[in-house]
Formats: sequence, C-alpha cells, structure tokens
Amino acid sequence: MRALTYHGKHDVRVDSVPDPEIVNPRDAIIEITATAICGSDLHLYDGVIPGVMNGDILGHEFMGRVVETGRDSTLKKDQRVVVPFTISCGKCFHCMKQQYSACDNSNPAEKQDLTEPLYGEALSGLFGYSHLTGGYPGGQAEYVRVPFSDVGPIVIPDGPSDEEVLFLSDILPTGWMAAENCDIEEGDTVAVWGCGPVGLFAVQSALLMGAHQVIAIDHYPNRLDLARKLGAKVIDYRRTHVLEALREMTGGIGPDAVIDAVGMESHGMAPDNVVDTVKQKVGIGADRGHVLREAIMAVRKGGRISMPGVYGGFLDKFPTGAFMEKGLQWRTGQTHVQKYSHDLLRRIQEGDIDTTFLISHRLPLEEAPRGYENFHSRQDEWTKVVLTP
Amino acid sequence: MRHSRTRAGVALPDILLAASAGLLVYTAYSRIKERRSLPGHPDSAPGRTSRQSRYGDYAVSGRSVTINRPRSELYTFWRDFENLAQVMDNVDSVVPDGEASLWTIRGPGGASYRIRTEIVADRENEEIAWRSVDGSDIDTEGKVMFRDAPADRGTEVEAIVAYVPPAGAAGQLIAKLFQREPRVQGRREMKRFKMLMETGEVATARNRSSD
Ligand SMILES: NC(=O)c1ccc[n+]([C@@H]2O[C@H](COP(=O)([O-])OP(=O)(O)OC[C@H]3O[C@@H](n4cnc5c(N)ncnc54)[C@H](O)[C@@H]3O)[C@@H](O)[C@H]2O)c1
Ligand SMILES: [Zn+2]
Ligand SMILES: [Zn+2]
Repeated sequence: MRALTYHGKHDVRVDSVPDPEIVNPRDAIIEITATAICGSDLHLYDGVIPGVMNGDILGHEFMGRVVETGRDSTLKKDQRVVVPFTISCGKCFHCMKQQYSACDNSNPAEKQDLTEPLYGEALSGLFGYSHLTGGYPGGQAEYVRVPFSDVGPIVIPDGPSDEEVLFLSDILPTGWMAAENCDIEEGDTVAVWGCGPVGLFAVQSALLMGAHQVIAIDHYPNRLDLARKLGAKVIDYRRTHVLEALREMTGGIGPDAVIDAVGMESHGMAPDNVVDTVKQKVGIGADRGHVLREAIMAVRKGGRISMPGVYGGFLDKFPTGAFMEKGLQWRTGQTHVQKYSHDLLRRIQEGDIDTTFLISHRLPLEEAPRGYENFHSRQDEWTKVVLTP
Repeated sequence: MRHSRTRAGVALPDILLAASAGLLVYTAYSRIKERRSLPGHPDSAPGRTSRQSRYGDYAVSGRSVTINRPRSELYTFWRDFENLAQVMDNVDSVVPDGEASLWTIRGPGGASYRIRTEIVADRENEEIAWRSVDGSDIDTEGKVMFRDAPADRGTEVEAIVAYVPPAGAAGQLIAKLFQREPRVQGRREMKRFKMLMETGEVATARNRSSD
C-alpha cells in the first residue's frame, strides 16, 4: 500500500510499504477514505517530539471502511468508522474512568522503557506518533491496523459526509475537552491562545458551553477571521499587548479560564520564546513555553488553565509564584476521545456543530508532503488539510 | 538458595541476559524483611525499593501492578507456570518435570538456558513462591502475591525476584545496556501479564504477524 512516512526533520514521503494484517484478536483493518494533517504532526515534522523513527507511518486523524476484523472485534465488514487517535483497551482502571488517553494496556510493554524515567509512567498508545506512545503505524495511508477495534472506532450511520465527521478522530473532541476543562460558568470569559484547528474548535465549544465571551489570540489574519466568524473577539498579538488587552476586555478582572491551544512550538519574538527556541534547537528536551507563561499571567485569581497544546520535555522559567499565589487550577492531557465521540456525533447530526468550515485544502494522499510543507509554512491560508488515498 | 553455580566459559552478558530473562519473580524475601527492620530503614516502603539493591550475593527487584480482575483468576493463570511463557519475552517454554518445572530461556545468539524450579509456598489465591534447584543454570528465587485492591480496582499483584548476578555489580550494569536488567524485564513481564488478563491480548505495534 501507499503511506506517508517520516524520513527526518521536514522530510516526509509517500512510500510503498507492506499492507497491515490482523495481529491480535480485537484488531480490525480499515481502508482509509479520509485522513487529515494535525498540528501534532507538525511537532513530529519539526523533529521536536522524541522517539520518531525513519520509515514510521504518520497520521492519527483518519476514518474509513472496515475491510477485515479479528476474532474479537465487534465491527462488521463495510461499516464506515471514525477512529480515535488514542488507542484504549476499554478494560483497565483508567479506561473505566473514561480517562482513555491514560490507558494502561495500549502501549506495548517493550515501548514503555523510556517514558517511565522521562514521565514517571508509561504513556498510552497513539496512532502515528512517537515510539514513546507505542510506535503504532498511522492512518495517512491506504490501510491501517486498528487495535481494540471493539472500543475505539465509532460507527457512522448514513447521512453525514466523511468531511463532516472526520474530525471526531481528534481535534473536535480536543477542542471540546479543552473547553470542558475550563468549567465554564455564567458570565465567564475564556481566552484561547492559538487559532489553529484545536483553538478554533475550543472557541466553538466554549461558546456552546455558555461562555459570556471568548477571546481568541493569534497573529494570522485569516485564522483570526475564522475565530471571529465563530463568534469570538480576537487579539492579534503582533499588534496588541495581550495581557493588557485581556485585562481591559474583562472589566479589570482577567479571563476566568485560559486555553493554551498552541503547545510547545509557540511563535513570536518575546524574549523568553527566543531563549526557549535556542534550547529546543540545541535539542536539550526544552519546550517553548511562552504561551503557557502568558496564559498563567493573564488568568484571573482562582482561575482555570486548560492546556490541550502538546508539550514533550521540560520548561524553564515556569511562573510557579503566579500559579500558586493566584490559586490556579490546571488541566491537560491527550484527549479522552472515546468519552466524547457519541455526544459530538449527535451534535453534528443535529446541526449544532459544523466542522467543515475549517478545511482549506483537499489533496490526494500522494501529495501529502506538499500538504505538510504548506500547513507548516503557510499556516494563515492552510488551516486544515484533508487527504484522500 | 543454597546451591550456587557458575557456568564456566559463558560470556558474562549471556549469563546475565539469561538470568534476567525468565526471572520475573523471585525473592530473597526473608533477607529483605530483615533489612526492613534494621535501624536506618525505618520507613514502610518495600525493601526492594531501598537505595541498596543487593542483599548479600543476591540482586533483588520486583514490581507491583494492579489488575482489574479477580484474585482467583490471576492466581490460577500464574499457578500453571506453562502459561507464563505468553507474557515473558525470552521464556521459550515452561514444562512440568515431575514435581518441578523446567524453564527454557532464550539468551542472545541462540543460547539457551535451563532453570528447574520447585514451588516452596503455595497459598491459593494469595501467594506462590518458588526457587531454583540443583541442575539449574541460574540461582534464583521468586515469589508472587495477590491481594484485593481497594474499592473496585481488582487485584494488587506483587512479584519479587532475587538472583545471583554472575559477576557482581558489574553484571547488572552490563545487562542494563542490553535493557534486560531484571528491573526492566520484570516491569515488562508484569505489564504484559496485566494486558493479557485485562484485555485478552498483549499489545503490539506490529503491523503484520511476521514483523
Ligand atoms: N491534547 C490533545 O489531545 C491534542 C490533540 C490535537 C492537537 N493537540 C495540540 O494542540 C496544539 C494546536 O494544534 P493545531 O492543530 O491547532 O496546530 P496549529 O499549528 O495549526 O495551530 C497553532 C496556532 O497557534 C498560533 N500561535 C503560535 N504562537 C502563538 C502565540 N505566541 N500566541 C498566540 N497564538 C500563537 C499559530 O499561529 C497557529 O495558528 C498543538 O500543540 C497540537 O499538538 C493536542
Ligand atoms: Zn491530532
Ligand atoms: Zn485501558
């Protein structure tokens, strides 16, 4: 089959690789009909996530048709399914608590050796990401092997098009969980850093959850425009002092909750960001924490920080003082996708949520490398790329 | 652990690899207990988590996992040592040998090692302990304990293994390079045991059976 594979920093190619097979009883094989490139893929593309190897098949946002099922799969041939990017067994302590992205059983034991010293615990398995999260071949391919297919994939009834449901695989639930982690109350202001797909879905979700106002921050005019169209107020950080503006737009209180939908590759020339960038380039496991620091400074006393943005290593100059003295709460994590799938599918079917506004480009899988290049370097116009094999 | 053995002529890492291999579990348990009550070790942590990891000739390691299944099911699986090859990477087989069990363990370069173990304690649904007997390539003891976990979390399983590293502390260091040090091996084995018991399969990222 054809698949998008990693060959080093800023070098991805579509190669011919062997087709996947059923390996475990709960597996299914899916023939991909649509797959997307994610901001998380850009962290891999930029080489800032440890444990990505040459030849790895990338892609964790995908859907398709069931073509083969293992003995214990509950899927049926020809069903149309969207597959969560988090691989979860559905049986362990964490899965029972619906903390699917903390599943104990999805990361092969021999892949857990590094994360225990690095993070204190093994991570769960993710598709098309790092060998720290299992090294599972991803879905930017013609076919993919889906473990625990009785738990993860959500069957899509006739009706919605692929494009309308594809983002159930990751960014829609990620934006939703980011807003849920804000514990939004009446009158609340939610500030969102980053108007990429995750930030935009967080904006949409926070408004649906009843936020009084949502303020979105970025520097790309087109992306800010998308946020505005969803109903957010916007701040262009190149033009405006973010901290001052947020205070003044909230009657001097500050936002009740803040969302870091940027992660470890914050843009900009703020002094802390420049220092962090150098450290990241030197490869000492440093994250770029400018957005997180700014969000902690901006949020009101007793406020909530929600961090869907991905980090992988260590952060210097973390404002511990502000965090403690202001009495903040902080929630984060890879999204517990399976927890939200059914509810969000229903909202799509009922027309409460539209996800297609996000898609700027549609390419055949063969042109995926061009998709990466542009989603990476021309972010303003390239808001989301959907690939079809 | 009365018998001691070294097999002349086998390269150091080989022996070690083998040593760590199947040893999922062992115990210089009584020794650890002694340690625990010594002055200077006044806390309530398991002895094997002490900063000191050698007890006399023995290296000791262990691992706990909570498994979301009833005690009896886990005990029953473990009590039949033949089952353990499913969760132990480099155990080729475990077969009954009279009262004892004969373990065949794969080392690097196709080398193969044998350990004969006998059960020294067996309390249904609670504890199984074993040790190697004469005629084994490696001197080892092991023990696994099953306790109800709090609330509805299933069973806490604790496995401890003690063995004599062939060349003293340096042996463990070398083995570490091969990532086969018992601590790592033990963790992998316990995690696989948990996977199999909870999900019915052992997670793998392989895309094809032949990979
Ligand atoms: N938690 C999860 O499960 C999960 C899932 C998907 C994605 N993510 C992560 O979410 C983050 C965003 O993903 P995406 O797909 O939207 O990525 P993206 O790269 O398309 O968007 C990031 C946006 O942040 C903006 N940005 C950069 N620096 C900024 C700054 N200083 N202030 C304000 N905005 C700034 C960029 O201009 C860009 O528009 C990534 O870190 C991604 O890895 C997490
Ligand atoms: Zn993603
Ligand atoms: Zn699980």
